[in-house]
Amino acid sequence: MKSRLSSLLDAFLPVLATLAALLVGAIMLLLLKANPLVAYKALWDGAFGSTNAVAETLVKATPFLLVGLGICISFRANVMNVGGEGQMIIGAIFATWVGLNVKGMPGWVLITLAMLAGVLGGGIWGGIPGILKAYFNVNEILSTIMMNAIAVQLMNYLLRGPMIDPAQAKAASQIPQTARLEEIYRLPRLVPTRLHFGALIAVILAILVYVLLWRTTLGFRIRAVGENPDAAKYGGIKVQRYVVIALLLGGAFAGLAGATQVFGVNYRIITDGSSTGFTGNAGFNGIVAALFGQLHPLLTIPASIFFGGLLVGANTMQRMVQVPSALITALNGLVVIFVVSSEIWRKKRQRRREVVALQINEPPETQAKSKETGA
Amino acid sequence: MISEVLPDFRYLDSNKEYVMVKSNTLPSGQTRIDNMEICGITKRFPGVLANDHIDFDVKSGEVHALLGENGAGKSTLMKILYGIYHPDEGEIFINQKPVTINSPMDAIKSGIGMIHQHFMLVQTLTVAENVALGLLSSRGLLTDLDRVSKRIIELADIYNLKIDPDAYIWQLSVGQQQRVEIIKALYRGAALLILDEPTAVLTPQEVEELFAIMRQMVKDGYALIFISHKLHEVIEISNRVTVLRNGKRISTHLTSETTKEDLARWMVGHDIEFITSHEKSNVGEVLLKLENVSCNSDNGRHGLSDVSLEIHSGEILGIAGVSGNCQLELAETITGMRKTTGGHIYLGPDEITGLAPGELTERMLSYIPEERMRDGVIRNFSVAENMILREHHKSPYSRSGFLRLKDISAHTDELIEQFQVKTPSQATLAKNLSGGNIQKLVLAREISRNPRAIIAAQPTRGLDIGASEYVRAQLLEQRKAGAAIMLISEDLDEIFALSDRIAVIYEGKIMDVLTCEEATRERVGLLMAGVHPKKKASA
Repeated sequence: MKSRLSSLLDAFLPVLATLAALLVGAIMLLLLKANPLVAYKALWDGAFGSTNAVAETLVKATPFLLVGLGICISFRANVMNVGGEGQMIIGAIFATWVGLNVKGMPGWVLITLAMLAGVLGGGIWGGIPGILKAYFNVNEILSTIMMNAIAVQLMNYLLRGPMIDPAQAKAASQIPQTARLEEIYRLPRLVPTRLHFGALIAVILAILVYVLLWRTTLGFRIRAVGENPDAAKYGGIKVQRYVVIALLLGGAFAGLAGATQVFGVNYRIITDGSSTGFTGNAGFNGIVAALFGQLHPLLTIPASIFFGGLLVGANTMQRMVQVPSALITALNGLVVIFVVSSEIWRKKRQRRREVVALQINEPPETQAKSKETGA
Repeated sequence: MISEVLPDFRYLDSNKEYVMVKSNTLPSGQTRIDNMEICGITKRFPGVLANDHIDFDVKSGEVHALLGENGAGKSTLMKILYGIYHPDEGEIFINQKPVTINSPMDAIKSGIGMIHQHFMLVQTLTVAENVALGLLSSRGLLTDLDRVSKRIIELADIYNLKIDPDAYIWQLSVGQQQRVEIIKALYRGAALLILDEPTAVLTPQEVEELFAIMRQMVKDGYALIFISHKLHEVIEISNRVTVLRNGKRISTHLTSETTKEDLARWMVGHDIEFITSHEKSNVGEVLLKLENVSCNSDNGRHGLSDVSLEIHSGEILGIAGVSGNCQLELAETITGMRKTTGGHIYLGPDEITGLAPGELTERMLSYIPEERMRDGVIRNFSVAENMILREHHKSPYSRSGFLRLKDISAHTDELIEQFQVKTPSQATLAKNLSGGNIQKLVLAREISRNPRAIIAAQPTRGLDIGASEYVRAQLLEQRKAGAAIMLISEDLDEIFALSDRIAVIYEGKIMDVLTCEEATRERVGLLMAGVHPKKKASA
C-alpha cells in the first residue's frame, strides 16, 4: 500500500514539479507587479486558446518530440547525447541541399529523399561521437557539445558561401540564408494553419520508437547496454556497437527534426549567427521533453506539447501583461530545474528503497508475500 | 555459569612474564566483560521486522556462536551491538549495567570490538599506522607511532601473533591482515570481540590458527561472538550456539548438546538433506581444455600464468583457492569476458580462444558468474527479459528482429516453474528478487540450454542453505547429463562435496590437480597457501 502510494507520487512528480515552478514564477510576477492569474490565463490562451494557438504549439512541439525520441534511445543506452543542436543543423543542411539541388522529381519523392538526407546527416553527426566513445573512450557529453560548435560554424560558413541564397549573394545585405524551397517541395499542411505534416510523422515515429525499444532485439540490446554493460556483454551483446548505434539513432532523429523544421516551417535555413538561428533550442529542449516524459517515447509526446505550449503561450503572456521577455526564459528555466530535480529526487527515493531492501537482505520476497496475502 | 569454571587468568607484567592472577583483568590490561546481555532487541525496517525481541548474551571465557541464514537478522543484531544501527526496542547490559551504544565509538569505549568480514584496513599504510588510525596521539599534534608499535608488539606477543608493526598491509596475507584487525580491536581495549564470518577468507590451516588464537583468548577471559554459517566450524569452536531465523531467536543451546542436523533444521525451518557424496558418473572424453592459458588481471598484479586444465564430459573439476588468486580471471578468460595473453582454450575439438561471449553461447558454453548482480542479471530488466538475455536474438524468442513476447513468456513460465524461482510475476524486475532467486534465475537460463560445459563461479556464495543445496543438486544433475563442469569456489566443503577432481589455484597458477582420493584437507590447504607439500618435505 505504502509502496503503491509512493509510486503514484513518482508518476505525478513532473506535474507537481511544474506546478511548483509556476508557483515560484507567480512570486516573480508579483514582484514585477503583474497579476499571476491574468498572466497564466494569457499563457494558457496563447498556448491552447484557439485553433491557431494549438497549431502553433504543435509546430513548436514537433522538433522537441523528434529530438526527444532520439534522446529516449540514446539515454536508454546510457549515452548522454547533448548534441541535438548540431545534429539538427547538419540534418537541415543535408535536407536543404537535396531540396535545392535535386530537380525533376515529384514533390513527395523529393521530400522523402530530403528527409532521409536529414536522417543521414544527423546520423553521421551523432555517429562520430558514438564511435569516439565506443572505441576511444571519449566522453560523449564533451564530444557532442564540440560537434554542436562545429556544426554551427559549418552552417555559418555554408550560408555565407556555397549555400547562400543567390538573391542575397547579389544584394548588398548578404543575409546568411539559403534560397527558399519551391512550393511543391514543402511539407504539406494538415489544417489551414502552420501545422505541417512533420507533426504527424513525429507522432507515428514515437509509436515506432516504442516498438523499437520494447519489441525488437535491437531495442532489447540498446536497453541492456544502458542498464548494465557487463551483463550485456555476458549476454553476447557487442556493447561498443550498440553504443554507436544508440548515438547514431539519436542523431538521426535530431537530423530529421532539422529537416522537418526547414521543410515544414521556415522553407530555408536562416541564421543570425547563433545556433538557435533556426533550431529554436530544440536540440536542448528535446532533452528536457524526453526527461519530462521519463524517457518513454509515448510520454514524450505530451511532454513535448507541454514545452511547446509553454514557449508559445509565454509570448502571448509577455504581450498581455507586459513583463520582460527575460521572465519567460526564467519561467522556462524554472520548469526545467524543478522537473530535473524532481527526477533526481525520484531516483534518490528509489535508491533509498533499494538500500533499505539491501540492508535486510531478503525483504523483496517478504514484501511480495505480503502483497499476495494482502490481495 | 561458564565463567565460574574459568581457570585463573594470566597477565603480562612489565618483564613480559605471565603472571597468573585471579582478577578481572585481561592479558591486554583491559577490564574483563563478565557478561554482556542483549534483552528484547527489536529492529524494524520498512516492511520487515529484522530483529524481533531477540535475547542474546555472551560471557567472559566463552565463544557464543550466532548462526543463521542470510537475512535471519544476525548482522543487524551485531550492528546494533556495535552501535551502527539503533534498536527500536530493547536494552543492552554489560556487567549487569544498562548501556546505551549510539555509535561504534561508544561500543569501543564499552570494550566491544568487531572484526569485520571485509577488513577495514588501508592497504597502503603500515600495521602501526592502521592501528593508530582514528585515535588521538599521545603526543598531541605529533605522531606517536613508536609507542603504538611498542604496544602492538606487546599485544602480539600475548597471542604469538607475529606481526611486524612496520609492514605494509598489502604485503600481508589475508590471515595476517585478520590478525592486524584483532590487534586493532585489542589495542582499542576490546574485552568482547565480534568476529563476523572470520573464516570465509582463510585456508584450512589459517582457520586452525585462528581457532587456536580464539581458544587462548577464551581461556584468558575474553568474550567472543562468532558469526558463521559453516556448521562444522560452529560445532568445533563454540561453547554455545544461538540460531536466528527470520529475525527471531529460534534456540540457544550448549554446542555439545546439539548436532549439525539440529542446527541446520533450526536455521532453515525444515530438514535438510546434505549433499555429502555422489555416485560416480560416466566420465567421457575431454570437453573443455586449457593449454598454457595466461591473462592479465585488473589490479596490475599477477594474472593467470600458464594454466593447463582438462575437464571431461560428466566431470566436475573443483577449483580451490583463497579469494583473490585469479579465480575471476580464470572464469572470465574461458567465457570470453576477458582477453587471453597466451595459450589456447578448446571446447570439444574446436578452439574457442578469443571468441566473444555470444559465440560461446552458440557453442553451448554456460557461465554462472561470480558477481551475479553485475554480470549475471540486469537489475532493471524483468525476470522474463533476464531469462532470454543470452538467446534474445534466437528463435523462438525473436524473429526477424522482433521479440516474440508470447514465446518468451511461455518459456519464462516454464523455467520459473522448473527451477522454483520465487517471483510475484515474470514482469517483476530482477533487483526485487532475493539473492537465492536471482541465482535460480541465472541457473535456469544457463542450465536449461543443456550446455556442453559450465563454468560455475562461486555459485552458492551468499545463498542460504536451501538455495545452495538446490544449486549444487542442479550442478550434479548436469554432470549426470554429461556436461563438463568447472566449479570455482572458495568454500572448501563445497569443493569436496561436489568435485571429481580438485585443482588448486594460487596467484594465478595451478599448483596441482588432485583426484578425490588424493585430496585431503591438509594437502589442499597447503597448496592453497602456495606450498607444495612434497617440496616442503624435501626442504
